[in-house]
Amino acid sequence: MADEKPTKKTLDIKRRPMPKQDHHERIKNFEEVALGYPVPTAREEASRCLDCKTALCNKGCPVGIDIPGFIKRIVEGDFAAGIRKIKETNALPAICGRVCPQEEQCEKMCVLGKKGEPVSIGRLERFLADWEAGQDKIEIPVMAPKTGKKVAIVGAGPAGVTVANDLLILGHDVTIYEALHECGGVLIYGIPEFRLPKSIVKREVDYVRRLGAKIEMDFIVGTTRTVDELLEEFDALFVGAGAGLPWFMEIPGENLNGVYSANEYLTRVNLMKGYRFPEYDTPVKQPARVAVVGGGNVAMDSARTAVRLGADEVHLVYRRSRTELPARLEEVENAEEEGVIFDLLTLPVRLIGDENGWIKEMECLEMELGEPDDSGRRRPVPVKGSNFLMPADAVVIAIGNSPNPLIPMTTPGLELNKKGGLMTSPETARTSKARVWAGGDVVRGAATVISAMGDGRIAAASIHKYLTGQE
Amino acid sequence: MYEVIERRMIVPNLHEFTVRAPAVARSVKPGQFVIVRPEENGERIPLSVADWDREAGTVTSIFMQVGASTAKLARLKPGQTIPTYAGPLGRKTDIENFGTVLLVGGCYGIGSIYPVARALKEAGNKVYTFLEARGSFLLYWEDKLAAASDGMFIATRDGTKGRKGHIADMPAMLSAAGITPDRVIVNGCTFLLMRTSELTRPLGWKTVVNMNPIMIDGTGMCGVCRVSVGGKMKFACVDGPDFDGHEIDWAEFLARRKSYGPEEVDPLRRSSCASHF
Ligand SMILES: Cc1cc2nc3c(=O)[nH]c(=O)nc-3n(C[C@H](O)[C@H](O)[C@H](O)COP(=O)(O)OP(=O)(O)OC[C@H]3O[C@@H](n4cnc5c(N)ncnc54)[C@H](O)[C@@H]3O)c2cc1C
Ligand SMILES: Cc1cc2nc3c(=O)[nH]c(=O)nc-3n(C[C@H](O)[C@H](O)[C@H](O)COP(=O)(O)OP(=O)(O)OC[C@H]3O[C@@H](n4cnc5c(N)ncnc54)[C@H](O)[C@@H]3O)c2cc1C
Ligand code: SF4
Ligand code: SF4
Ligand code: FES
Repeated sequence: MADEKPTKKTLDIKRRPMPKQDHHERIKNFEEVALGYPVPTAREEASRCLDCKTALCNKGCPVGIDIPGFIKRIVEGDFAAGIRKIKETNALPAICGRVCPQEEQCEKMCVLGKKGEPVSIGRLERFLADWEAGQDKIEIPVMAPKTGKKVAIVGAGPAGVTVANDLLILGHDVTIYEALHECGGVLIYGIPEFRLPKSIVKREVDYVRRLGAKIEMDFIVGTTRTVDELLEEFDALFVGAGAGLPWFMEIPGENLNGVYSANEYLTRVNLMKGYRFPEYDTPVKQPARVAVVGGGNVAMDSARTAVRLGADEVHLVYRRSRTELPARLEEVENAEEEGVIFDLLTLPVRLIGDENGWIKEMECLEMELGEPDDSGRRRPVPVKGSNFLMPADAVVIAIGNSPNPLIPMTTPGLELNKKGGLMTSPETARTSKARVWAGGDVVRGAATVISAMGDGRIAAASIHKYLTGQE
Repeated sequence: MYEVIERRMIVPNLHEFTVRAPAVARSVKPGQFVIVRPEENGERIPLSVADWDREAGTVTSIFMQVGASTAKLARLKPGQTIPTYAGPLGRKTDIENFGTVLLVGGCYGIGSIYPVARALKEAGNKVYTFLEARGSFLLYWEDKLAAASDGMFIATRDGTKGRKGHIADMPAMLSAAGITPDRVIVNGCTFLLMRTSELTRPLGWKTVVNMNPIMIDGTGMCGVCRVSVGGKMKFACVDGPDFDGHEIDWAEFLARRKSYGPEEVDPLRRSSCASHF
């Protein structure tokens, strides 16, 4: 495609690095690691963009942000126009700019990536969102006249918040029901402060509140009221309840003391602020030698949390090799810098406790990679007779989560998909039950923030059509 | 924010605690629990429900002051508010016409067994209640329970009321009265749950225990409340809290319940006497 070739300027193939807290310092605090671009760097990085006519990057973004559109505003120095551009399609830019797997999405598609490094789209998105936050006046979009229709949303995670945002702008009344005492879902209880400051999540949730969302906390849909009861009051209902059910390995010893699901470990630290115990009441153990089992973002977050809680040694135990690690590369590198020891090609088979029922060591097997499996990754196979013992006084299991069964258990008529999530139509996000939509991790199983938001947009559009009699 | 309607010590160290929470009051059922946070920096702790008034929108629990969070609850006065009162959580106790049911309550469980008794009675059961306490000074709600029961048994360690003894005397007391229950339901401290299950196992009496592991979210998200039941891992907050007492791995359960011992005792020491020296 000829129009993507740069005509005037020479290719600037190196992306501008983003300043980070030094790793010697940051392992001692819970503050954000990446510090964001200063204005001049942001404008330099933005001017690397070729403003392609057929911008491939846009196709890589699940919520369809006009990427060259907002980047151009940064070059011009009109940051207010830039953030407005993003907010046309993305209600949570400060969050996406930080935690989106950009290297798999927008940045993967950027043409500059073919010759050198892609434009740092995520960092620029973050830059604008942070700039706006510093302005102390957040713009409220033009709202459609009230329609009088009422929508209930289950769960204040990224999926639910996105649906709320879109439907409020379209003039519908929205009530969000959240089981916990804070909004944000995994963004609040799972992803740690040092990767996503909670003040940012609070700010973005407050934004939807300012648009007029009613939020009912401590409300567990299924037991406080059922979906069917809510449907008597509301015209439509969206389920964005996430994938909160932690998996265990189903090996002996998993109920020993000192063995945690990553959800428990991270919730104690993030939601309950255990790292500030006893100022906050919820305790978290501070063991010397922690083993985290798994290789995704959740495992990296757990391992890096253990480092910050002061463990002497933190091991990340993963059954495949470094190339197969599902976590974002940037986070793997951060973890390595912070001193996390990677025990790759290693599989725990038994957890062994001391006489008081506390974890003492893990029996593991060495693995080697065989033929590729269904996921296309090479299958790990145990090396015969390679059993060995690894001492550990805490084990954090971070091998995955699946959708919580509470809602299907209490709601007749909701069909499930193969992952145990709610079955939906991909075009509309409608479930098998009339007037009920769903999206995000409750449908996909543990996925990403941006895919949850993408589902939310589809659902909101479909709910709007239904409410206005267009279908 | 949730308004405290009543908080008073009804017997030494046990408090009756009533909160305005209309959404919970509307749908709560016997055997369920709520999660409470006494203040903004507070921990989430589970409390079983002991009564409710659907019209007034209030819910009542009985709690025992044991550590930092319950100490904070114990300082609350009517009119004050607490930031979290979430529920109802857990599955309700199975209520059917089983025939003859024995309800065993001790400690806070004397309170939380009450709505179970009421519902079983309404369902047509013959309901007997067995209360265990150190002394008569720790018994409460006897009149409420008497009204919901066909007969009451009481054992106190010091003999100040009922038989001088404890739960181990329960089978003999029942057989003297000619009662063989079709089902036993136990609410209260871990030892009462475990001891009762041990006693009824050889007798073949189906025994349901209302488990009380450490919890955080109460919605199935964190897995801290896991309990081994019949060799399978269950989450007490969503699969329970009622389980078959004969299938629980009690040794594991006791170890898990104690896992935060040192941390929990620490703030107590720091916040009370030690600070005066
Ligand atoms: C530790 C960790 C790190 C991660 N890192 C990344 C990352 O770097 N990048 C990325 O893109 N993704 C990451 N993810 C995944 C991402 O956070 C999720 O895919 C995303 O949050 C899903 O959004 P959601 O709205 O579907 O659900 P959630 O965020 O799970 O929110 C669901 C909400 O619903 C509430 N809820 C559940 N049941 C009920 C009920 N019955 N009634 C009322 N409310 C209910 C829950 O309390 C919760 O608040 C990470 C996940 C974890 C756990
Ligand atoms: C489903 C359920 C229902 C319960 N109902 C009642 C009730 O009706 N009345 C009542 O007095 N108590 C009840 N409990 C127990 C009550 O939750 C604990 O006593 C309380 O959490 C202790 O908090 P604390 O900070 O005051 O004490 P802590 O100092 O935290 O702990 C004292 C003891 O309680 C244990 N414990 C600590 N945190 C928890 C927790 N979150 N859940 C369970 N145990 C914990 C500790 O291991 C320790 O042995 C129930 C527990 C569960 C799981
Ligand atoms: S939302 Fe995510 S995928 Fe879309 S442009 Fe921003 S960082 Fe890229
Ligand atoms: S970000 Fe990359 S693909 Fe997108 S317009 Fe700029 S140069 Fe082109
Ligand atoms: S309390 Fe967290 S899963 Fe039960």
